[in-house]
Amino acid sequence: MGFYLAQLLTGLANASSLFLIASGLSIIFGVTRIVNFAHGSFYMVGAYLAYSLVTWLDGGILGFWFSIVLAALLVGVIGLVVELIILRRIYHAPELFQLVATFGVVLIVQDATLAIWGAEDLLGPRAPGLDSAVRILGEPIPEYDLALIAIGPAVLLAIWLVFHRTRWGVLVRAATQDREMVGALGVNQAWLFSATFILGSFLAGLGGALQIPREAVSLQMDLSIIGEAFVVTVIGGMGSVSGAFIAAVLISVLNAFAILIFPQISIVLPFVVMAVVLIVRPYGIFGRPGSEHGGTEDPDQPLRLLSGKGAMMLAAAVMALALSPVFVADFTMILLVDVMVATLFAVSLHFMMGVGGMVSFGHAAYFGVGAYAAAMAVKLLGLGMIPAMLLAPFGAALAALFFGWFCVRLSGVYLAMLTLAAAQILWGVTFQWQDVTGGDDGILGVWPAAWASSDRVYFYIAFALCIGGIWALRRAAHSPFGYVLRGVRDSRIRAEAIGVDTRFHQWMGFTVAGAFAGLAGVVFAFSKGSVFPDALGIAQSIDGLIMVLLGGIHALAGPILGAAAFVLIEDWVTRLDYWRVIFGGIILVIVLLAPDGIAGGVNRLMRLLRRDAA
Amino acid sequence: MLDVKTLTARYGRAQILSDVTLSVGENEVVALLGRNGAGKSTTIKSVMGLVQHVSGQVTYDGQAILGRASHMICRAGLGYVPEERRIFGELTVEENLEVGRREPRADAPEWTFEHLFELFPNLAERRRNLGKQLSGGEQQMLTIARTLMGNPRLVLLDEPSEGIAPVIVEQMATIIGELKREGLSVLISEQNLHFARIVSDRAYIIEKGQMRYEGSFAHLDAHPDISTRYLAV
Ligand SMILES: Nc1ncnc2c1ncn2[C@@H]1O[C@H](COP(=O)(O)OP(=O)(O)OP(=O)(O)O)[C@@H](O)[C@H]1O
Ligand SMILES: [Mg+2]
Repeated sequence: MGFYLAQLLTGLANASSLFLIASGLSIIFGVTRIVNFAHGSFYMVGAYLAYSLVTWLDGGILGFWFSIVLAALLVGVIGLVVELIILRRIYHAPELFQLVATFGVVLIVQDATLAIWGAEDLLGPRAPGLDSAVRILGEPIPEYDLALIAIGPAVLLAIWLVFHRTRWGVLVRAATQDREMVGALGVNQAWLFSATFILGSFLAGLGGALQIPREAVSLQMDLSIIGEAFVVTVIGGMGSVSGAFIAAVLISVLNAFAILIFPQISIVLPFVVMAVVLIVRPYGIFGRPGSEHGGTEDPDQPLRLLSGKGAMMLAAAVMALALSPVFVADFTMILLVDVMVATLFAVSLHFMMGVGGMVSFGHAAYFGVGAYAAAMAVKLLGLGMIPAMLLAPFGAALAALFFGWFCVRLSGVYLAMLTLAAAQILWGVTFQWQDVTGGDDGILGVWPAAWASSDRVYFYIAFALCIGGIWALRRAAHSPFGYVLRGVRDSRIRAEAIGVDTRFHQWMGFTVAGAFAGLAGVVFAFSKGSVFPDALGIAQSIDGLIMVLLGGIHALAGPILGAAAFVLIEDWVTRLDYWRVIFGGIILVIVLLAPDGIAGGVNRLMRLLRRDAA
Repeated sequence: MLDVKTLTARYGRAQILSDVTLSVGENEVVALLGRNGAGKSTTIKSVMGLVQHVSGQVTYDGQAILGRASHMICRAGLGYVPEERRIFGELTVEENLEVGRREPRADAPEWTFEHLFELFPNLAERRRNLGKQLSGGEQQMLTIARTLMGNPRLVLLDEPSEGIAPVIVEQMATIIGELKREGLSVLISEQNLHFARIVSDRAYIIEKGQMRYEGSFAHLDAHPDISTRYLAV
């Protein structure tokens, strides 16, 4: 009995920290509609700041709590700065831009933290006055856990009071429903958004600061918490603080007991719960579809067909690529294979987003399944390279068929979140299922057949598969199926009115995109000779998004240019020490200054030149 | 007081308004008539700063307001009542009014909770109910009351008679009369010629984003072909 109670209390203590960070995320999303990836960074910085303040002040109980609150306040200020400099400019941009921009912030904060606090994990002090354990029903319970259990509901109450008893809170709740209307009633939205951002980042900072007596402060805190925080926010209903509280308790308590039965479940449990909740309640427990007023008003431009000149340039580029093994060095050929893999991956993601209108935060799932399917076909089934290459994309297609069925039931940001959940579930399974997937050690020795083992021959195999895949996706985009899909993207209602089964088309679009991402994964697996769980990770998914964005989402050539630029920049920049700052900076510059990407930029340049010439 | 000249507006690539010109005088109630999709709401939204791509001239009280943020336009003294009502469903009636509340201004009548609850007795009874629990008519009342809390001098009223019961439409006419008596100006968009005639002093007719008529209701009655051409469905 006592044991179960202890388990419950641990769960509740975890719920408190999770609630703090998730509530901030939820409030920010509710008002600004920004899916803030940098929220995990605020949490991490909160912990680092609290660590420094606590050790520096060293002032007993009072000093400890003062440091915690001060750290959280400082994070609030950091949040304000980020809002003023970056987010303020992209409130009207599509979700993709916002997500990628906040990811740029994640990268920059990571390097800034590394520069200030170093790479070593820091072990925080115990909380003075709460540093021992009390016995409850014979089980030792850390006093600090009990304090946390009290802090969670106390913060919930405080937020509730602010939201219901102050004019500012009423405005925030109103803006969560219809921010444009709030503006038309005379409220300065910019000011409201900034204030919301301060509160949200304060809560994230507080969540991080309160963690220091419980876990080591490390550079991994940001991305390790953000997935779970998203899940809690989505389960509770984005924008709902009480929803976040209930979801945090639900997840943490379920987790505390589930690990007793099945210790590996921690990683996937939150995502499974989220998937289940979203299918039953598409907007989360307390969520409602938000008003679309004041969002971006320009409908997506149609995909442009390549002009005659463009097509010729593309053909020339493909020719040059085909001939490149004759005159480039081996390591360049390997880099070119990377470029082709990335391009196919980006084009498949673009098919899903640009053509299908479904933003995916977890496209790497299918890339990874393709790679693993190929590796496992070789290692477990003993197949040769060619059969494995042919078989593996079907594995990815099956996975996409399965998860796509759930995802297409939702739309917008919720759909994106569910794709993220799907990817995290697959990642968790891969990571944990040591016997089959090799877990963290991955699968090694996935080399091409002997006849294909020279870099040159493999280059041509990759060339055939990737260029073939890109060509097939292009054809699909312009087939009748592709037109219907775009029709659904532009107006679901209209498409339904003329009798299109919109869900089915999106489902198939999802599957096709997944299958080709899988094909990219296959080529990737054989070119590297190994696969690791990273292939399905969040970072890989975001890489894909960055490529699409970098190239420009509205142009056919966008993902191609974007992927090439991405791989080349990455290849160059990751050799530098603080490459994240540089990379994050590049991302921000593109989002803020050239929102139509490289393809759009080139287009504008051409038009300018033509006008000058005329 | 409000002068709109050569206003054009577009959504994405679709041009919705071309060269719209209209004006509203001091303490005047003006109707903007037109069929579904004629561009009435777009005109009002453009004035209110809610349409991204606009050009032309809009002056209010001598200041150019086109291109300003909508909260600045509101603060200048314009009140906007949207056609979809856009009540905050999760907020109580009182909280809805609180969102609209602004400091009193010298040049316009001041509205208080009490005063508004007198004007809208139904709302008084339901002050602690959530916006989403109100009936359509009550929501229409609330959206007007909410705008009045901002103490506007000019109210832009987008299709107040749409989709509500005849009794409430009558009540609405009374309220608009009350606003005029208080010294406010009103620009009201309408499809219902009968209702517009009761409440307003003169009319504009817009069709396919262009102004087709400007003048009195008497002239409209004397020339039924105008309303047949531009208003009949
Ligand atoms: N957000 C939008 N995006 C694209 N087109 C729009 C948008 N809002 C309105 N339109 C189009 O602009 C035109 C004018 O619309 P508007 O709402 O101004 O008409 P209205 O006169 O108010 O009609 P109603 O009586 O139906 O309210 C219509 O053809 C409509 O389809
Ligand atoms: Mg209208």
